[in-house]
Amino acid sequence: MSFISYLINGISLGSVYAIIALGYTMVYGIAKMLNFAHGDIIMVGGYVVLTATAAMGMPPMLGILAAVIVCTVLGVTIERVAYRPLRNAASSLAVLITAIGVSYLLQNVALLLFGADTKSFTSVVSIPAVTLAGGDLTITGETMVTIAACIIIMAGLTLFINKSKAGQAMLAVSEDKGAAQLMGINVNGTIALTFAIGSALAAIASVLLCSAYPSLTPYTGAMPGIKAFVAAVFGGIGSIPGAMIGGILLGVIEILGKAYISSQMADAIVFAVLIVVLLVKPTGILGKQVQEKV
Amino acid sequence: MKMNKLKINKTAKSNFITYGIVIAAFIIVQILVSAGQVSSLMKGLLVPLCTYAILAVSLNLVVGILGELSLGHAGFMCVGAFSSAFFSKCMVEVIPVAGVRFFLALLVGAAVAALFGILIGIPVLRLKGDYLAIVTLAFGEIIKNLINAFFIGKDSNGFHFSMKDAMSLNMEADGQVIVNGPQGITGTPNDSTFFIGILLLLLTLFIVLNLIHSRDGRAIMSIRDNRIAAESVGINITKYKMMAFTISAALAGVAGVLYAHNLATLSAQPKNFGYNMSIMILVYVVLGGIGRIRGSMIAAVILTLLPEMLRFLSDYRMLIYAVVLIVMMLFNWSPKALEWRERYSPKRLLKKKQEAKEGE
Amino acid sequence: MKKFKQAAAFIMAASMVVASLAGCGDKSAETSAETTAETAGESGSTSAAGGVFKIGGIGPTTGGAAVYGQAVKNAMELAAEEINAAGGINGAQVEIQFEDDEHDPEKAVNAYNSLKDWGMQMLVGTVTSGPCTAVVEKTFEDNMFHLTPSGSAVESIQHENAFRVCFSDPNQGVASAQYIGEHALASKVAVIYDSSDVYSSGIYEKFATEAKNQSFEIVAAEAFTADNKTDFSVQLQKAKDGGAELVFLPIYYTEASLILQQAKTMGFAPKFFGCDGLDGILAVEGFDTALAEGVMLLTPFAADAEDEMTKKFVGTFTEKYGDIPNQFAADAYDAMYTVKAAVEKAGLTPDMSVSDLCEGMKTAMTEVTVEGLTGTITWTADGEPSKDPKAVVITDGAYKAM
Repeated sequence: MSFISYLINGISLGSVYAIIALGYTMVYGIAKMLNFAHGDIIMVGGYVVLTATAAMGMPPMLGILAAVIVCTVLGVTIERVAYRPLRNAASSLAVLITAIGVSYLLQNVALLLFGADTKSFTSVVSIPAVTLAGGDLTITGETMVTIAACIIIMAGLTLFINKSKAGQAMLAVSEDKGAAQLMGINVNGTIALTFAIGSALAAIASVLLCSAYPSLTPYTGAMPGIKAFVAAVFGGIGSIPGAMIGGILLGVIEILGKAYISSQMADAIVFAVLIVVLLVKPTGILGKQVQEKV
Repeated sequence: MKMNKLKINKTAKSNFITYGIVIAAFIIVQILVSAGQVSSLMKGLLVPLCTYAILAVSLNLVVGILGELSLGHAGFMCVGAFSSAFFSKCMVEVIPVAGVRFFLALLVGAAVAALFGILIGIPVLRLKGDYLAIVTLAFGEIIKNLINAFFIGKDSNGFHFSMKDAMSLNMEADGQVIVNGPQGITGTPNDSTFFIGILLLLLTLFIVLNLIHSRDGRAIMSIRDNRIAAESVGINITKYKMMAFTISAALAGVAGVLYAHNLATLSAQPKNFGYNMSIMILVYVVLGGIGRIRGSMIAAVILTLLPEMLRFLSDYRMLIYAVVLIVMMLFNWSPKALEWRERYSPKRLLKKKQEAKEGE
Repeated sequence: MKKFKQAAAFIMAASMVVASLAGCGDKSAETSAETTAETAGESGSTSAAGGVFKIGGIGPTTGGAAVYGQAVKNAMELAAEEINAAGGINGAQVEIQFEDDEHDPEKAVNAYNSLKDWGMQMLVGTVTSGPCTAVVEKTFEDNMFHLTPSGSAVESIQHENAFRVCFSDPNQGVASAQYIGEHALASKVAVIYDSSDVYSSGIYEKFATEAKNQSFEIVAAEAFTADNKTDFSVQLQKAKDGGAELVFLPIYYTEASLILQQAKTMGFAPKFFGCDGLDGILAVEGFDTALAEGVMLLTPFAADAEDEMTKKFVGTFTEKYGDIPNQFAADAYDAMYTVKAAVEKAGLTPDMSVSDLCEGMKTAMTEVTVEGLTGTITWTADGEPSKDPKAVVITDGAYKAM
């Protein structure tokens, strides 16, 4: 019985990683950059929802909308100011470092605006928890909503990328920027759109993260951001279903590792599993094997 | 032939400038210290500056010369720091001469870090690109996590070891816990000095610069530039990758030794040995110029000094630091900024003048 | 181009070094007229000092531990203002300078050196244990008086110049185990602690050692780490499976608020027992205080205690900084008044050297009795405070003495 309970807990933790990883993998797969600031955009989303609902008294849905708008604008602005000038830089690492700078910046702005103390977040999910097996197993409303949101977003993104014109443009840009430009695709616009979608997803992720684990500080986003990055790699970089699978697997491994091996070494276990997976399958679970040419 | 000779002279000159900067910095600081013109803050920063410069130079070997992105460099530093601090702590009474003890600790730290470099390098170097980056990050985090769960004690029966907590060591009453889990090692002798730091920095530069300009170094760079082409001309990819990775790890271990013997307490926090630190070292490398040894050294100095210089801003300190970092990156890397600098570079303006003269 | 860039970078680095050197040169020239640590230390007498005690503070005001550093910083400022308004210490005013250490030993040493350049005469800091252990070596070398409000590890005050206001970790662990045992609160106890944190693992270890002498049994001891502190379902499940009637939480309130919430979701309702780190849980913005109903904690300070002094402190603090002060703030406030009491006892003046001040303070500290927010405190020569922990229980969203 406790195994099933651990499994359920793992899935609920994993679903939070998955929803962050979806936004991450979107930007990562198309703009080909590790956006270290993604976790911090999530943190900003959390503060926006908190301010909107707790301080300004807006209903939760309006708060979420506000977070989506703020994060989208923020994401596009960051891309325009800090990332775009470096897109054609001599090394792709340059933009990675700027992303770290942006991450510090967001954390410190939040620290000045909201202070360092923990804010408790009131869950925006009003669905009650489901108890099974006479109260031994509980599935929270937050878990159900997160998993549902994950599936909807995953399906939506897959459809968008495969069926819409803008989505096809994204695919083209991710394959070959130069060729895409020659085909008349607005590369800058497409990447900006990618960041807009990625940041909007970050806003939604922030709401679900903070509902499931209701504590918010300026550094809330950093660790989930890294975990989501690990999940995205786990599932295969750029693969949207991969991000979801990777996220959920990561959560389950983390919880089972804590439960059956050692709670002190939970992170070491997660990373060790990641290493083993990547050694067996060097491009992640659903990643594509790219042939190298001379 | 003549061309070739010229080129060697040029690299020799460049290397000479690099060593010269370090030695000049040392002399200037020594003069200022003896003149009493150096603040306590600056004095305290001298050893850390050497530590970070060594880290930046050693990571540049992997990122710039070998061309692989490593996000686990702090892990090697951590291993070097802990193994050497453990050694020094045990040997404080046996070897009372600080110089000898530090030298042995240095060998221990570098050797253990190199060993980890080999052990981690074997699986990691089979991967490529971002996958390699994340596996190095994973190893770095594993090292940090394990060290936090590590307990070693010493009593009359010898060493005791546990991965759970200090009580499970089952020591005699006279036992002393040396590595105490999250608290790490306290009371490491303060053996690091600025002079040792500078010597180690020079040694690091000497090793790295010589490697780069040797036959092995050219083989490593050929792997970076085109792995398949390098392989097809018979270069042993694995051997050279391992060589660069292990040397880099050993040098990071040296930096760790310097770090551990500079503070009275050593603990593996996310701040000093986590991925944050690995990324910070990467920032030095990229800001200073990938593959440019002198650049990464200077960038490490600038970025270590900057937050300390900004202390007067109090609450806004880290905010301004972030802004400066972003601006410096844009200025150093954005093609537009480079173009602008090209246009207004003093050298070019000079050249233009000369050309105009010649045209007359 | 390459040359230009390198030259630019080098010039920048060089100018920063020079600026820092020169800047400090200026500073020392400027302050030598007043009282700097170094000049005063050497000459032993400075003329125009007249009236300022320069007290430095160190703690994290940025980074993950910023909440503790900011609380201490604010409380120190508040206490300094009060002391100055009431005529200062021995007629001399107090000046406070607080430096950020980001909860990193290396940065803490930088902060300490920077304060020395400012002319610090006494140190109230550092806030967290690890950095404190690094800094105490330096204050010992300089023979500077060192009083930490909240550095609780044993090694944090291992030298004779260092004292603390809070309890030490072993002390809290033993006291908690004894309290649970003597009051027969439970026979099966689970512990959830932060294995990456010195404070938390320090308390846990002594608690577990002392538990062997008590009437209860530890059925589960589960850890979490700084990188893994959002999901506690496994730790709680283990406690539940072990049949724990009481869960001991030697951790800070940020994580505790998550644990309480997740325990409720699981339908697990044991007694919860914590140490001074839990104080502040009721002040978390937006926290549903009903979750903390019945939580017991052993703390020297409770923000809604009824005595005059606490009321006044909490009132002014809340008005000034917008937050309800936590235990760190109370410790820091007491630390400032302790400095005042000891300086007055020893009859010290700001024109004395750092070393003389330290010698005077060392003796005076063992003689003073401070009636502070965190109780009536006396000190022994090893720097440990002696005060009574109060056991409080949270009922109806407020602390009640037990």
